[in-house]
Amino acid sequence: MNGSSKFWPIVGLLFAGWLLYRATLGAGTVYVAEAPNGVWMRAAPVDFVAGAAEFSPGRTIGVWVAALFTLCIMSYLYRDNPFYRFAEAVIVGVSAAYYMVVALWTTLIPNLIGKLWPGIVQATAMPGLSSEREDFWWLYFVPLVMGAMLIWRLSPKGAWIARWPLAFIVGTTAGVRLIGYIEADFLSQIRATLLPLVVMTPDASGQPVFHLGDSIRNALIVGGVLSALVYFLFSVEHKGPIGRIARAGTWTLMICFGAAFGYTVMGRIALLAIRFEFLFDDWLWLIDPLGRRTGLF
Amino acid sequence: MSFAERLNALDRRWIFLAMGLSVAIPVLFGLQFPESSSALSEQCFQMIEELQPGDPVLIAMDFDPPSKGELEPMATAFVRHCCEKKLKIYFMTLWPAGPQMIDDAIERVIVRDFPAMTYGEDYVNLGFKPGYEGVIKVIISNLKTLYSTDARGTNIDQIPMCRNLTDIKSMKLIINVSAGYPGAKEWIQYASTPVEQLKNRIVAGCTGVQAALLYPYIPEQLPGLLGAIKGAAEYEALVNQKYDADKGRPTPAKYQEALRRMGPQSVAHLLMIALIILGNVAFFLQRSRRGAAA
Repeated sequence: MNGSSKFWPIVGLLFAGWLLYRATLGAGTVYVAEAPNGVWMRAAPVDFVAGAAEFSPGRTIGVWVAALFTLCIMSYLYRDNPFYRFAEAVIVGVSAAYYMVVALWTTLIPNLIGKLWPGIVQATAMPGLSSEREDFWWLYFVPLVMGAMLIWRLSPKGAWIARWPLAFIVGTTAGVRLIGYIEADFLSQIRATLLPLVVMTPDASGQPVFHLGDSIRNALIVGGVLSALVYFLFSVEHKGPIGRIARAGTWTLMICFGAAFGYTVMGRIALLAIRFEFLFDDWLWLIDPLGRRTGLF
Repeated sequence: MSFAERLNALDRRWIFLAMGLSVAIPVLFGLQFPESSSALSEQCFQMIEELQPGDPVLIAMDFDPPSKGELEPMATAFVRHCCEKKLKIYFMTLWPAGPQMIDDAIERVIVRDFPAMTYGEDYVNLGFKPGYEGVIKVIISNLKTLYSTDARGTNIDQIPMCRNLTDIKSMKLIINVSAGYPGAKEWIQYASTPVEQLKNRIVAGCTGVQAALLYPYIPEQLPGLLGAIKGAAEYEALVNQKYDADKGRPTPAKYQEALRRMGPQSVAHLLMIALIILGNVAFFLQRSRRGAAA
């Protein structure tokens, strides 16, 4: 793919010209209409022509920015370049800012400041919040103080103060997770593996009927789990019967990894498909699978 | 240079281009294949189907825009199914970008196709709460400790369908659309497994990356699972069959998104299989040549 130095600029210019042509046809334009409940929803160009919808400059710019950023990110497949690095930096910065604002308005304000000084928060920031303090409202000073101690880490002196709340966080997280894993992943999984190798159920007359399919499935589950466990048994040398079982365990693990890889590929292709759909539908107006241009969505 | 050597030296960007075309062309031409349902998606469908009108369900949309392509179709299908069944829906999310996903689903399904449903009486958006699995642990015993307002900032005691709601144990079903941590695994670990009232009352839809990790929980801890876009397409087909085809009405395109995305999937998978076979042929050809030379 080592083309001449003029090839890519010419391709770029041709693409820009074609984009301009598509834009004159209306590509990438978004129209909105107000729903009965007051929410502004996406509308079709035919609604705009009929006077039932408005042009949305904000959403239109959004579509163009999203499309250009998609192309910037995809350009990495050719090779690393400044467009990709710019898009990557913007995504990281915007994500960090978004999460910070969300954390402020969903955690700090309602769950901490709103519990300590509910009247002020209700009057100034969240009218829906109750103005009455809870019975043990003063307990919320504990997370406030611990939060302040955690930020102490940024101070040039006394950084050790941050270790106390950090120890609390690590300890409680470990405790919460331990309980969850013991019950859901350890005990329940052991119970789920204790399966009958010969599955027989009574028929209408009470006579036992053998189920070959279920028996094979159970045998595969039990055998697969035990052989995979033997593979991780390192206190015994993997020779003779143990070696053969461990090899079967390797196969079990490989099948599991293969299934996981297959699912991952499916996921990634779905993501690529939606990006192409966005480019062809929302941006370039080449396809209309949802009937957005005809108002049928 | 032999065929095998040429394959070995092939610039990987040709493979990227081939993969891009194998997805782009079916998207452009709307290539679609019929879908037959698996036992897991049928179980998801049946569990919602068995609920009675007015039963409360919790829909936790634990995903964000990067996984929208995979999970939005199943989120849409779940919400539509619940609306068709006239269930009372409580939306929530453990992901910071999740509220937008909830708003999109509400706009796409409820506002457009079920305008008779009233906010606060038929559905409510509890929004996002940070705290990962800690949120689940709290709301199984006391919901109002964390949720003093809904996503709009309305006091939760002023919302009719939340007034008598003390915790989520009263939910008839938890529907989780999950893209990772926190998600389906955490709902299983902290809600459906330890809480007696919630046992066997959970179904999940997840990304392909997660699906293999959730299979060990089937069927005791997770009765129904939609794995990636394939699971979504199967579930969509079941819902569309019951609520459109059986009633003799056409299915809107927005309820066939997963089915539509299975077209590019199939073509891309065929290409991958072909590339794997080609890679192996090149490998064995080179090995046999090296063996002959030695």
